[in-house]
Amino acid sequence: MSLWMQIVVVLLLCLAGGWAFRFAGIKATDGKPFYRDMPLSVAFGYVLGAVLLVWIVWSYYLSRTLPAPEVNKYFFFRIAIEGFIIFALFAWLFRLLGRSVGTSTTKKLFRQMPLTASFGILMILIYAFLAIFAGLLAPYGQEQIVPGVAANIPPGGNPAMGGNPDFPLGTDQIGRDILSRLIYGAQNTVGIAFATTCLAFFIGGSLGFLAATLGGWLDQVLSRGVDVLMAIPSLIFALLLMTIASAWAGSEKGLLTFYMVIIIAVIDSTRVFRLARAVGANIVVMDYIEAAKLRGEGLGYLIFKEILPNATAPLLAEFGLRFCFVFLTIASLSFLGVGIQPPLADWGTMVRDLAQFINFAAFAPQVASAPLLAAGAIALLTVAVNFVVDWMLHRSSGLKE
Amino acid sequence: MSRLLTMTDIWIEGRSDEVWNPIINGVDLHLNKGEVLGLIGESGAGKSTMGLAAMGFCRDGVRIAKGAVNFDGIDLVKASAEVKRGLLGKRIAYVAQSAAASFNPAHKIIEQHTEGPTQHGVMGKSESERDAMELYAKLRLPHPEEIGFRFPHQVSGGQLQRAMTAMAMSCRPDLIIFDEPTTALDVTTQIEVLASIRDIVDQFGTAAIYITHDLAVVAQMADRIKVLLRGDEVETQDTRAMLSHPKEDYTKSLWAVREFKRPQKPPVHDRATPVVSVQGITAGYGKIDVLYDVSFDIHEGRTVAVVGESGSGKSTTARCITGLLPPRKGVIEFDGVALPLDYRKRSKDQLRQVQMIYQMADTALNPRKTIGEIIGRPVEFYMGLKGRDKRRRVAELLDQIELPADRYIDRLPSELSGGQKQRIGIARALAAEPRFIICDEVTSALDQLVAEGILRLLAKLQDELKLSYMFITHDLATVRSIADEVVVMKDGEVVEQGPKVEMFQPPHHPYTDLLLSSVPEMDPDWLNTLLKERGVDNIGDAAVQKMD
Repeated sequence: MSLWMQIVVVLLLCLAGGWAFRFAGIKATDGKPFYRDMPLSVAFGYVLGAVLLVWIVWSYYLSRTLPAPEVNKYFFFRIAIEGFIIFALFAWLFRLLGRSVGTSTTKKLFRQMPLTASFGILMILIYAFLAIFAGLLAPYGQEQIVPGVAANIPPGGNPAMGGNPDFPLGTDQIGRDILSRLIYGAQNTVGIAFATTCLAFFIGGSLGFLAATLGGWLDQVLSRGVDVLMAIPSLIFALLLMTIASAWAGSEKGLLTFYMVIIIAVIDSTRVFRLARAVGANIVVMDYIEAAKLRGEGLGYLIFKEILPNATAPLLAEFGLRFCFVFLTIASLSFLGVGIQPPLADWGTMVRDLAQFINFAAFAPQVASAPLLAAGAIALLTVAVNFVVDWMLHRSSGLKE
Repeated sequence: MSRLLTMTDIWIEGRSDEVWNPIINGVDLHLNKGEVLGLIGESGAGKSTMGLAAMGFCRDGVRIAKGAVNFDGIDLVKASAEVKRGLLGKRIAYVAQSAAASFNPAHKIIEQHTEGPTQHGVMGKSESERDAMELYAKLRLPHPEEIGFRFPHQVSGGQLQRAMTAMAMSCRPDLIIFDEPTTALDVTTQIEVLASIRDIVDQFGTAAIYITHDLAVVAQMADRIKVLLRGDEVETQDTRAMLSHPKEDYTKSLWAVREFKRPQKPPVHDRATPVVSVQGITAGYGKIDVLYDVSFDIHEGRTVAVVGESGSGKSTTARCITGLLPPRKGVIEFDGVALPLDYRKRSKDQLRQVQMIYQMADTALNPRKTIGEIIGRPVEFYMGLKGRDKRRRVAELLDQIELPADRYIDRLPSELSGGQKQRIGIARALAAEPRFIICDEVTSALDQLVAEGILRLLAKLQDELKLSYMFITHDLATVRSIADEVVVMKDGEVVEQGPKVEMFQPPHHPYTDLLLSSVPEMDPDWLNTLLKERGVDNIGDAAVQKMD
């Protein structure tokens, strides 16, 4: 039987199962509205979900019991499942902690928090902690080549697999400790992304509010200018500008990073501008703004005291989202070689440096996971920030995209 | 008469802050076939919740905790979704307050009309379209053959409300729930809608629950009235008995609200300089003028009420006086001195003298600022008071608007009730120590009891501080209670003006007459008499004229 036939048969069985499930539910609960008013599609969904769950458990069981060559197929799957369970557990514990410690407001906040949000907050806290105390936490320096240590030690720290317990995440192509570089990477990549996002918000936010408040030709000029900038694909535009900037910076690597911050901030500030202008325009028509204008208040008071406090919720949510994009842009630029310059540790650069090991996945998954460590760090932070942003948006319900 | 709907011992709860709070506490309701029940009460009394519960429906986060809704032998609380789908729209229909928000703007009116009958299999599409046109004619909509093929934004608010009633009628239901169908309409439009709703309900023998906060309206519509207060039933009686002999104190207080009336003040001295003098202003948005040669004076300690339907230019006049919309022609004098027309060119003192109170206290107060900050800002800005002095002055102002300062000064607007918010708006205007205040429909969003409190407060402040008010309203009851002089506006022009006593006595300008006679009265025969006087066809004609 072909794969397609198998899928169709399974889906049909699920459909039959859904019908049976609903029927059994109605009989067992004597017509509870939950089962009685359930459409067949929903019942199908429940059964399909259950089947997938069984499949996952079965695959995990295989990944722990199969002999060596076969198990390689399930290696990353196993890591994902275990990671998921561990993270969920920690998020749950963290939320439990938040519910029992702190002031009544934070306790209430944690009580209403979904698990995803508490996971996001926990990850952000961990990343922030790593970034701030990188110098103390990292066992080696980010540029340090430990004498007498081989390059390309695979992660895992198991000597039987070619690892080294002193370097639990292995070493890179010139023998630097990957763990240390990951920790320093948090400082470099996240720190620079954070600064860039702040700058983008400063530029886009202030211009956006100004356009919303004053309107008229200023609004037209700024908005059309932003339209022009947004019409150019952002990554390609950034690459182009970075090429020019690298000619200007010459051999000054710090200067190139500085230019990169400015370039990405300007490109991303266009998105912030649009949001700030839209949110601001909604607030500007309120009667309390009119009252303030008629009182004779100046522009600064209007923007900072009347408009800004009402725009914080959507702007904060956008900040989280924008941070992810900036962070990914920086990682992409570094991967392409024009971002954060070596020897500074950066996750994008680390992925590029070890990228050729990805081809080892079929027979030596441990080795292949080396470049994925930095990629995983990027993914985790992005997911975490998105979870927190989702939750904040849900709470404020101000912005629905 | 046979029983159509019986709701017994209904308890409804709403979820907020992780607890279920009671909304309706054990209210009974029954309705016979062809009967109209009026459901009245203040906002938050649970009228709409009760109305929705009559369809076995609850809003999100609300549940029927206990009780049974028996509609013609079917228990709607326990009924399955499928059973309800068969009933709703076909045998039970609902007419919402804002027809403009309830119609889908992307489809023509008649397409939305025929959806119900075709879905329920009552009629085919073409049959239903023909039926719709008949209903439109019965509801006295102009051009019944053609009006259904317009989009919702192409007809007026009153017409849309009638189209919605027609839609509710499309399957000839046994029960219609009207949820404040005329609250958002002007008085003159309201009459047309009321008359047509009553007619059609009579014609088809439909039972109805009519939800409103306006006693005079319910007196025209209902056979029986039920009064609700914070989820409890106060009393139920036949309309006539209720109007003539209300039993409970709360009902009596509702009835008494309309009796607040200030004595007429003596006429002002001929040569006294008016505080504000509007002289021949013509203004508009873009190239289109909406105000033509408007002139009136407002003297010290007096209230000038500006009345008219929506779109008559009342608020635009206010915007001209405040300087938000500089008029193209004309002069605005304050104390005999011409004000710069643009508010940006006015001095701080000139700005201080003209203050404004808004209709929607929700949008007039910054939701992120505490009461102390909101009132404190003009105190600081104009008077230069800071720190403890400022706080003392704010407390004084809160005292003036009859709110205990220590309890309210640190609260946010969202923690106040509608009436309290409106009081804060008044305090903010007072903080500038102005001589002239523009009140833009300040009571129209409030319940009658609360609105009366606000009117009394404004009157008291006027006497204490010698304030002058320009009072914009469409409610003639308010005018009766607070105004000294009245300016009637229509289509951007002043139709008639003069002292209140004269304005409420004939002879009137025909438009003033129309306005005055359109205000519902507590007499249950009022609508009948009025319709007889005007001649029924007249109303339809008026609608046609309006449309053209």
